[in-house]
Amino acid sequence: MPAVSKGDGMRGLAVFISDIRNCKSKEAEVKRINKELANIRSKFKGDKALDGYSKKKYVCKLLFIFLLGHDIDFGHMEAVNLLSSNKYTEKQIGYLFISVLVNSNSDLIRLINNGIKNDLSSRNPTFMNLALHCIANVGSREMAETFAAEVPGVLVAGETMDSVKQSAALCLLRLYRTSPDLVPMGEWAARVVHLLNDQHLGVVTAAASLITSLAQKSPEEFRTSVSLAVARLSRIVTSASIDLQDYTYYFVAAPWLSVKLLRLLQCYPPPEDAALRSRLTECLETILNKAQEPPKSKKVQHSNAKNAVLFEAISLIIHHDSEPTLLVRACNQLGQFLLHRETNLRYLALESMCTLASSEFSHETVKTHIETVINALKTERDVSVRQRAVDLLYAMCDRSNAKQIVAEMLSYLETADYSIREEIVLKVAILAEKYAVDYTWYVDTILNLIRIAGDYVSEEVWYRVIQIVINRDDVQGYAAKTVFEALQAPACHENLVKVGGYILGEFGNLIAGDSRSSPLVQFNLLHSKFHLCSVPTRALLLSAYIKFINLFPEVKTTIQGVLRSDSQLRNADVELQQRAVEYLRLSCIASTDILATVLEEMPPFPERESSILAKLKKKKGPGNLPGIDDVRRNVNGSAEHGQNAEEAKKVAKGPITQSRSALFVLIPTLDFIFNCWPLLAFPPVPLNQASAFAPLFPVFIFTPDSLNSSSSPGANLLVDVFSDNSAPPTAEVSEENFHRFVCKNNGVIFENQLLQLGLKSEYRQNLGRIYIFYGNKTSTQFLSFSSAAVDPVIEGGAQVQQILNIECVSDFTEAPVLNIQFRYGGALQNIAVKLPVMLNKFFQPTEMASEDFFQRWKQLGAPQQEVQKIFKAKHPMDTEVTKAKILGFGVALLDRVDPNPANFVGAGVIHTKNVQVGCLLRLEPNTQAQMYRLTLRTSRDSVSQRLCDLLSEQF
Amino acid sequence: LKLLIRFILIQNRAGKTRLAKWYMQFDDDEKQKLIEEVHAVVTVRDAKHTNFVEFRNFKIIYRRYAGLYFCICVDVTDNNLAYLEGIHNFVEVLNEYFHNVCELDLVFNFYKVYTVVDEMFLAGEIRETSQTKVLKQLLMLQSLE
Repeated sequence: MPAVSKGDGMRGLAVFISDIRNCKSKEAEVKRINKELANIRSKFKGDKALDGYSKKKYVCKLLFIFLLGHDIDFGHMEAVNLLSSNKYTEKQIGYLFISVLVNSNSDLIRLINNGIKNDLSSRNPTFMNLALHCIANVGSREMAETFAAEVPGVLVAGETMDSVKQSAALCLLRLYRTSPDLVPMGEWAARVVHLLNDQHLGVVTAAASLITSLAQKSPEEFRTSVSLAVARLSRIVTSASIDLQDYTYYFVAAPWLSVKLLRLLQCYPPPEDAALRSRLTECLETILNKAQEPPKSKKVQHSNAKNAVLFEAISLIIHHDSEPTLLVRACNQLGQFLLHRETNLRYLALESMCTLASSEFSHETVKTHIETVINALKTERDVSVRQRAVDLLYAMCDRSNAKQIVAEMLSYLETADYSIREEIVLKVAILAEKYAVDYTWYVDTILNLIRIAGDYVSEEVWYRVIQIVINRDDVQGYAAKTVFEALQAPACHENLVKVGGYILGEFGNLIAGDSRSSPLVQFNLLHSKFHLCSVPTRALLLSAYIKFINLFPEVKTTIQGVLRSDSQLRNADVELQQRAVEYLRLSCIASTDILATVLEEMPPFPERESSILAKLKKKKGPGNLPGIDDVRRNVNGSAEHGQNAEEAKKVAKGPITQSRSALFVLIPTLDFIFNCWPLLAFPPVPLNQASAFAPLFPVFIFTPDSLNSSSSPGANLLVDVFSDNSAPPTAEVSEENFHRFVCKNNGVIFENQLLQLGLKSEYRQNLGRIYIFYGNKTSTQFLSFSSAAVDPVIEGGAQVQQILNIECVSDFTEAPVLNIQFRYGGALQNIAVKLPVMLNKFFQPTEMASEDFFQRWKQLGAPQQEVQKIFKAKHPMDTEVTKAKILGFGVALLDRVDPNPANFVGAGVIHTKNVQVGCLLRLEPNTQAQMYRLTLRTSRDSVSQRLCDLLSEQF
Repeated sequence: LKLLIRFILIQNRAGKTRLAKWYMQFDDDEKQKLIEEVHAVVTVRDAKHTNFVEFRNFKIIYRRYAGLYFCICVDVTDNNLAYLEGIHNFVEVLNEYFHNVCELDLVFNFYKVYTVVDEMFLAGEIRETSQTKVLKQLLMLQSLE
């Protein structure tokens, strides 16, 4: 075997590297490098032409200097020159320099591409490989433009050497990934599939990667690869280990190739052909059987290679999710690994079992391993293994084992690593709610969460416990008693103070009969925490105090005394001061009846999305702007309060008794009362969009916002524009282009001989803005133009713009209609156009991991939450077009979530003023039948239905 | 579309990079950051830990040989053990090629290490797994010098 001596071939380089290594300090190193750079520069600039060897040596030195972390600003030309050398070693250094220091200098790119071109057509396999490796390493768009047409030819040409084929396949893959548009599928595609039959397993290995990627994009074109892959796999797994000689690794036959073939098969559903299917099943069984055989070697390499194949086979079994026997066998095999002495295997088994838990066939088998998994949680030394154990417990949880699992997670939480606490808290909260039969257990669990890991309990979690307590009167007394006891602890978490303040404010009366928790004791207990709390919590406590005044007249003077103190009335924080002033005043002037009405117990919350979804919304992809995130954080705060505040202001005009219903029935938010109370006492601010609350507009608030003037009477006209309910338009409503706007925002919505109506729209959360462009196509004036807010006259050939502001208050089906009237040549024209304002415009895309998706998908499993439609394709079934449409629809397209890569899976949140509705969708194309199946799951049946109707029209 | 291998790094215990092979576009600052983060993540782990560690949205599969860490960064859904043995296969080839490879071989022959990598991994994929075939090819290239 070759033994390479240090830096042989280039003595100068070895000396230089030694010098650098011998430098005692950074300064010495820099000095030595600068000396070398000066030397090289002078050689390159010198009159004497350098021979190839010297050029190679200096370029290589430059490369070494660059890899040490120094900038290199010359030598590129010399490196490019090396490409045209006919010596391998010189070419190799030239190519290496280019691959490592990619330079987008356009002159050089042309020269580099020339060099590559020459080598590609040289018929010298060594040179061809250098060229192909360089393209694969750089993979720039420019290279794709130059070589994408050429490489497939090299790959499938009959005379190409095996090793060149390997490089060509992967080079093509790189170009395809960088610039798929530049790699057109051609007749080569079919020939590439047949490389799976190649005698040379290295070629098969490279081709399998290429085909897997291509098949993800165009499954139909590569469908024949399934039978070839199964055949190949079958030959490998049944071969005696010596058959494959070069490709046998520690007695395992071609492990990497097997893994790749099993991956390729995961791009497709189980084969429909019975013979093929049973052959595949046999392969999978053989792989499972081998796991039970005694090892052929004690080396870890042997077992790793064997298990790499085994885990990939299990992935395929899970992906198919159709063979109960295989699923259960896989699960039992993983069960053995849970007890293995190798940490790697325990980790992988936990991870893999997590996906098995979601299959109906194996869920029960997975559950039998609960004790082992709990033990892993307690004993594993590697936090990532414990993390997998938590994930698996979460995945295997159902009604039968929820109490045990939640208890174990809680006790783990006490010592859990900080990095994973928040996630565990969330998981516990979700499980406790989902599987609560007995809500006292739920309350205990959440309070325990706050006690153990209060810092990691997000708002969603404590909001949720309050919603549940308010909505279930059977648990209110217990909750009051429990929080009262929990608050006895000398140091309790602020989140507990919040929950305690809220619950005692509402239900303190239920425990006030006991002298140990008399009103005064309750008040003193809460107030003893007051000074240690942050401003929002203090604000909440003040509201609890005013609620106490109503519940317990006997503590009124005590509380008034507290409110009256300077530290409240003159608090530096304006919110606290305002609350103190108003509450004090309210308690002084309002009669008992009024107080009782105003401060009555909170009515049940409308069934809202659980906190899980709120959390899920925050789990957004990195592509989102941080700014949006901040807005979103206010989801439970200002966005909704805005409305509450306005409602409050509006109703506050009337007698206060009337206000209660308005206040308390319309409140969608939990912490409403605490944020909106102060506003009550203030004179109402006039709403600048009075029409917004007109009963005719249950859905939209339209604000005319003309470009030129605000004094224009157009505002009134605009109200007319949308009063489709009250005044049916005389013209037939045009909606021919309506559906074209479902997945896009800009375009021409209406056009006749006279008028062209263009739209540009933008949406963000529950707000939107539409720019309408009225184009007069004639050469004559339009008179008395009733829609454009600016001017009743539109000159011939002119375009007028109008802006509409839109707010989505709740989910809706009907779109608003734009009525336009004008005079053209004496005749009155009436046009009505349905404006493309659809529910999906208020989508915000949500990125999420596969696990979250399926968890959520399962949660939305109620029949009324799902709407499904199967329909015929109206357009050619093009993957890219479909993707673009789904993205245009407004959801995030989730990659690698659906086990079948041909399917599309998306997630998003519809923002309305009052609520946000999480939506999951799945589109399954069946290219053979030219059909689609579209499934929508959301927490609201009306939303599911509407979205399904809208989207199904698009394909 | 996702690449399989995002990068391959060979680092010593002190954090000096002995090979960095990138299979997706990163700018130089980002590369430096990744190198430092990977070093911080793997060097704190001991033999009781797995050879896998979550890293940003990816995972690192790594193995330590004497003072050198061989790290491969792949997609989270990828096959851990296949890459773990992929590393070992690569190390065995280096060992044959350099005749009992040591860290210094990688320093003085850095430009040859790139050739070995390209023979075994290309475009972020496993290209050739047969040690015999790879060594034969390397021997042939060696003879061209």
